[in-house]
Amino acid sequence: MLEVRGLQKVYEGAGRRVEAVRDLTFTLEPGELACLVGPSGCGKTTLLKCLAGLLAPSAGDVLLGGHKVTAPPPGMALVFQEYGRSLYPWLRVRDNVELPLRQKKEMSRQRRRELVERSLAEVGLTHAHDAYPWQLSGGMQQRVAIARAIAYEPEVLLMDEPFAAVDAQTRADLEDLVRRVWQDLGVTVLFVTHDIDEAVYLGQRVLVLSNSPTVVQEQLTIDLPDERDQLTTRADPRFTAFRTRIYEQIQAAKVAKA
Amino acid sequence: MGRVMRRILVNVMWALTLPALLIAAWWLVSDDSTSIYSPPLRTILRTFGPTWDGDRLTHDVVPSLLRLTAGYLLAAVAGIGLGLLVGLHAQLRATLEPVLEFLRALPPPVLVPIIMLFAGIGDTMKLIVIASGCLWPVLLNTVEGVRAVDQVMIETARSYRLPAPARLRHLVLPAASPQIFAGLRQALSIGIILMVISEMFAASNGLGFAIVDFQRSFAIPEMWSGILLLGLLGFVLSMLFQLVERRALAWYHGLRASRRAS
Repeated sequence: MLEVRGLQKVYEGAGRRVEAVRDLTFTLEPGELACLVGPSGCGKTTLLKCLAGLLAPSAGDVLLGGHKVTAPPPGMALVFQEYGRSLYPWLRVRDNVELPLRQKKEMSRQRRRELVERSLAEVGLTHAHDAYPWQLSGGMQQRVAIARAIAYEPEVLLMDEPFAAVDAQTRADLEDLVRRVWQDLGVTVLFVTHDIDEAVYLGQRVLVLSNSPTVVQEQLTIDLPDERDQLTTRADPRFTAFRTRIYEQIQAAKVAKA
Repeated sequence: MGRVMRRILVNVMWALTLPALLIAAWWLVSDDSTSIYSPPLRTILRTFGPTWDGDRLTHDVVPSLLRLTAGYLLAAVAGIGLGLLVGLHAQLRATLEPVLEFLRALPPPVLVPIIMLFAGIGDTMKLIVIASGCLWPVLLNTVEGVRAVDQVMIETARSYRLPAPARLRHLVLPAASPQIFAGLRQALSIGIILMVISEMFAASNGLGFAIVDFQRSFAIPEMWSGILLLGLLGFVLSMLFQLVERRALAWYHGLRASRRAS
């Protein structure tokens, strides 16, 4: 579905050359939920922008459904960490979700309405259609951003540390929401986080990134049961084993750099 | 509900206190004035009604307001249009910025004699004078507003493949609107000043003309009443502006209030 081959990104400017991403290669299968985890400042956001076609890589390719990504592709939606800056504060919740759909000329008004209704129901916001984003809590705003992404009917959903700015309880709810949305819609999800527990809890597979300049340090298949919940999954000995393993990898990456 | 009403009432009382005191002071100090140049406020107010009757309203006040409206709207449309263009193109902005800053620094009334040379002394001249003074604050504020659009909001629009017209209408314009309104507000007071000045230079009607005409014919209380009328006009226009702004920027005031609260 999504293929990344030899991706490199180098920032040049003012006599400084910063290699944010060195050499990344990985593949996402259709319908897969994979997590990218790595130490802070390891170029996760750079990588995601390259995948989303917002940033041109210095070398290597990103392929979506076999086509090379050079600009934001139609089958992809992105959920940003900064929900407060990604939702438009002058639009009501409904209009925020609807705005990308209104550009799809072939889509009927009726269908648009349906998608908006359904997506907002999916994220549990049936009663907030008429609110402005800034009238909602942070967690609810991020739900709106997720609703906007799924209403867009993407094949691939990219999420850039979406829950880094919400409190722990909201975060647990939103994690379960992502699992549910993924199972309901069968969309391919790439979830970027710096939180190891979150990566193990959410993913079918976890890609561990090294420190910057970034490479894929290890790939782990998380063979926990598909039905996960915050209490039992997190108490599962296999869960803690995965967590320990990834934690060691990331520590090793830091030491290797220092 | 009762508490809200009472708070509004208290606010209104506070807002009216100072004007009431000033008027009272003027009234008392001027009451036994025998100077023909500063007649008692009582006399000024007595002449107000008869001076600004229906005839003079249609002959002087309406033409002034029409010039102001036309010049202001022209400047608003041109300023926002050009501001979007310049704000969206970094290269263009870098080239134009010094020139724009220079032109803005020129006091607008200084342009009146020059514009008179080219545009004569008719309504066109007055319209150009008003528009050319109002243009700069609108233009420069729009440029600033467009330039400051949040990067994440831009990336959101790009990632959802919003085409350029939709980006302009649903992202750039609303995001810049608080700045644009700040420019429009400055432009309004400049516009009123230029309306009066352009009518003082060469005119056969208008508020500015009427005031100068009263002064020349030693109709001093009438002159004072004209100045009062101008003040009132400015006040009413500014209130109208605030009303429009409150509506158009309701989201912005709400957003700011919610940020303050958190």
